[in-house]
Parts: sequence; C-alpha cells; structure tokens
Amino acid sequence: MRWVNRHVRRNNSILLGAVPILLLVLLYLFLAAQRHAANPMDKILPLPNSMAQGMATLMFQADQLSGQFVFWVDTMASLQRLGLGLGIATFTALVVGLVLGVLPPVRATFGPLVTGIAVIPPIALLPILFIALGLGETAKVALIVIGIAPVMVRDIAAHVAALPTEQIIKAQTLGASSWQIMIRVALPQAMPRLIQTVRLSLGPAWVFLISAEAIASDIGLGYRIFLVRRYLSMDVIIPYVAWIALLAIIMDVALAKLSKRAFPWAHGANH
Amino acid sequence: MSAIPAPILSLQNVWVEYGDKVVLEKVDLDIEAGSFVSIIGPSGAGKSSLLRIILGQERPTRGSIMLDGAPLAPECGPDRGVVFQRYSVFPHLSALGNVMFGLECQQAPLTARLFGSARRAAIAEATQMLTAVGLGDSLHQFPAQLSGGMQQRLAIAQALIKRPRILLLDEPFGALDPGIRADMHLLIKQLWRDYALTIIIVTHDIREAFSLGTRVLALDKRRHDPHAPHRFGATAVYDLTLRKDAEPEPSEERA
Repeated sequence: MRWVNRHVRRNNSILLGAVPILLLVLLYLFLAAQRHAANPMDKILPLPNSMAQGMATLMFQADQLSGQFVFWVDTMASLQRLGLGLGIATFTALVVGLVLGVLPPVRATFGPLVTGIAVIPPIALLPILFIALGLGETAKVALIVIGIAPVMVRDIAAHVAALPTEQIIKAQTLGASSWQIMIRVALPQAMPRLIQTVRLSLGPAWVFLISAEAIASDIGLGYRIFLVRRYLSMDVIIPYVAWIALLAIIMDVALAKLSKRAFPWAHGANH
Repeated sequence: MSAIPAPILSLQNVWVEYGDKVVLEKVDLDIEAGSFVSIIGPSGAGKSSLLRIILGQERPTRGSIMLDGAPLAPECGPDRGVVFQRYSVFPHLSALGNVMFGLECQQAPLTARLFGSARRAAIAEATQMLTAVGLGDSLHQFPAQLSGGMQQRLAIAQALIKRPRILLLDEPFGALDPGIRADMHLLIKQLWRDYALTIIIVTHDIREAFSLGTRVLALDKRRHDPHAPHRFGATAVYDLTLRKDAEPEPSEERA
C-alpha cells in the first residue's frame, strides 16, 4: 500500500503524535542524568526535581523585594501585552483589510503603503518605538502590533479581494450598497480567515513580545528568562519556555474551536 | 404575456471592444416584456459579454442601452436579477438568509438587517419564494449542504425576491446533470409564467435554448478575417421568434 493512502485513525494518531515528544523527553532525561552522574552540581541540564523546586519558589513564594508571586505576575503581564497587541492588530486587520479588499480606489491608494510597512523588519523599528513611546507598556504592545498587523491586513485584504466576482455582482443586483456588501458579504466571509490569520500570527506575536521584554522590562515571561540567564538558571528557563509553549497551544486550539463553532459553514459540509 | 409595443430593453448599435479585439459589433436588439430570450452561439462569440453589458457589469464601448426607455446606469442594480453558473449564492448565509438578503438591503440601508415585525414579514416573504422554487424544506440549510440543482433554485429565488424587470441567466444549468436540468427547465418556465418575468438566458445547449425560449438569438461573427480573427466582432446572426402564444405544458422534456 502506498504511504499516501495510509490514513491513521484518531486514537492511533494521538499515540503516534506522542511518540516523538516522549522520545525527546526521554533523551533529555538520559542526557541530564548522565551529566549529573559526572557533576552533581550541573546547571545546564537540570533534572525535573530541581526544575520543580525552582518553579515552586517562583509560583508559591512571594518575592522578598516586591511581595509578589513572580511566576503569576510574569504570566499576567505577558498575557496582557500579548492580548492587547493581538487585539489591536486583529481589529486593524479586519477593518483595514475589509476596506482595502472591497473598495478598489482605497486599495489603489493605500495598498503600496501597507506593503511598504509590511516589509520593514519590526525589530528594526524597536529603537524608534522606545524613543517615541518610552520604555513602558505602550512600546511593547506597539511592537507586537507593528510586527503582526501588516501581514494580517494583507492577508485579509487578499482574501476579501479574492471573493468570487459573481458574489459581489449578485449582491449588487439584490440592491446592496458598497457598505452593505462590506458588512453583509465581505465581513462574515472574512471572519474565519481572520481567526486563521490570528492563529498563524500567534508565533510572531510571541517573538515580538519576548524580544520587547528581553530588551526593556521589569516584569514578564521574556524578561524573567533573560534575567535568570545570567545565573545559568536552566531550571527556571526550561519550565518558562514550556509554559509559553503551553499557553500558545491553548490559544491556538481555542481559536480553532471558536472558528468551527462560530462559522460552521466555513468548515466543510458536515455541520 | 403577449407582446407589449414598447420594448423593455433596447440595445442600439452596441459595440464591445477590448483594445483592438472586437467582441460584439453593431448589436441592435429590442426585447419585449414577457419574452424568454435564449442566446446561443459558439464559445467566444460574446454571449457572456452581451449578458455582462445588460447586467451593467461592463459598459459597451459604443452604443446605447435603454431599460424601460431610460438609459441604463453603468452599474448593476436591483432592476436586473442574475443567476450565474456558479458562486451565485452566499456560502455564509442559510437558504432563508440568502433570499432575505435582498429585502434586508432595501429596507435597512445602514445595518442591512431587519428586526421585529419587519423581519417576520421578510421571513414570510422569503419562505414563500423558497417554497415556490421547491426549497420549502431546506430553509435553514447552508448552500454547501445543498445539491447543485438546489443551489441554483436558491439563486433563482434570491433573484426573484427583488421582482427584477429582467432576469438574466448565465448558463445556469450548465453544471447540472440531465435529469436535474429537466426539472430546472420546468421550474423556470413555471416561474416565468407565474411571475410574468422577462428572461434572458445564455446557454451552450441548443435544445435548451429552443425548448425554453420564445425567441432564440444566435450570436456569431458575420465576417471573418483569417489573418486577424479578432478584428471582427459577433452580432445576432439569427433572430428566431418561436410560439408567441401560450404553449402546452412541456411534459415531453422529462424524457
């Protein structure tokens, strides 16, 4: 049987998907154990118990200086920045993408500008943001927005512009104005794509968040990772990275579920 | 349904050119209210171009088009309904939503949505229209859940709710299998009679053209330059008027 025809059943696919992850974990444990056998004080590949210890301190003991539970405060700060950045970028993408996609004169006027902004590496703008907006929250959120919004805008605009001409013509023969076409024809059909775009932008959004926090911050997941790096605290860095991965996965799955539930017509005929 | 003296649609000396490629040349055409006009012709003879300029999707390079004695706006409008071969319905709206769309656009310019009694009235009207095309049992299904024939029925209902002066059909049954196509022929004839429609249908299928139409227009090039095939456009080479009076029930079409 050809490999292209070997479809995997759902239960089996969960099992198969777990295998490489388990192997990686095992490999890590093996290497860590080896290093600890040679040097019990090794900090590069900490064993699970020292990670648990390190994290327990951050999670359940108030910081002596600030009196805060560092891990949770870091998480809340990062999620707030990420949420704001994603929210603003998503809203921008929807509004600008719709207008660019539906109205040819607007596309002709602002299309090149959006393309121009999209090709600038956002990190190169970070100094400008810090100078213009200071080192506070605004600059970090702005970096996320500038980093992901242009790509999202272009994606939504392209998706809307690619709606079949027949649909737009049909809407006009039903008496729809430009505005009505925008809100009743283009907007609903852009929504599933918007969620898809947000899912794909989660990765870059995290990158920009961690970058901004690493460079100028006093709180946040990215800040903590870069702070404890000075002490070679892999026992904190690795759980933090795993936590970031978990948060990203939860967001991704939630968005996928939301799209299926809210826009069943966009997900195949079986709804 | 018999001929009314003033034509509903009148094309005078209409040319359609793309650059130096002439698609339609010197098309003169008067279409009477209540007629069912079939347009046939080989591929590339400008059938769809003719439909697009009547629809207002494109404007002719030369010539004038009058609808009810007034020049046609170079834009699509609710006085001309259309059904395309594909993509005629909105995939994100249920059958009911698709048909209500026209009513909502007309009655709610800002939100394009209706509430309360206006909404109930629109639902009743849309339901009636959907029942008329045989979709009374599929009100809440999405187009992706409907078969090709049902989607075209939906597209027709959606267009008819606006009571267009002219209904334009662009190869509407081309993608359907023969049995379904025969059902659709019965349906469209029924609707044509019940709603006193004026219909223009573009089709590849000559049998379809003759069995449906009260008038058949064949588009083709009168002149042909083998060295520059694009230099001459097509026009109506045959214009046949069939059965002016009410014809018998077309039961033989089910064959």
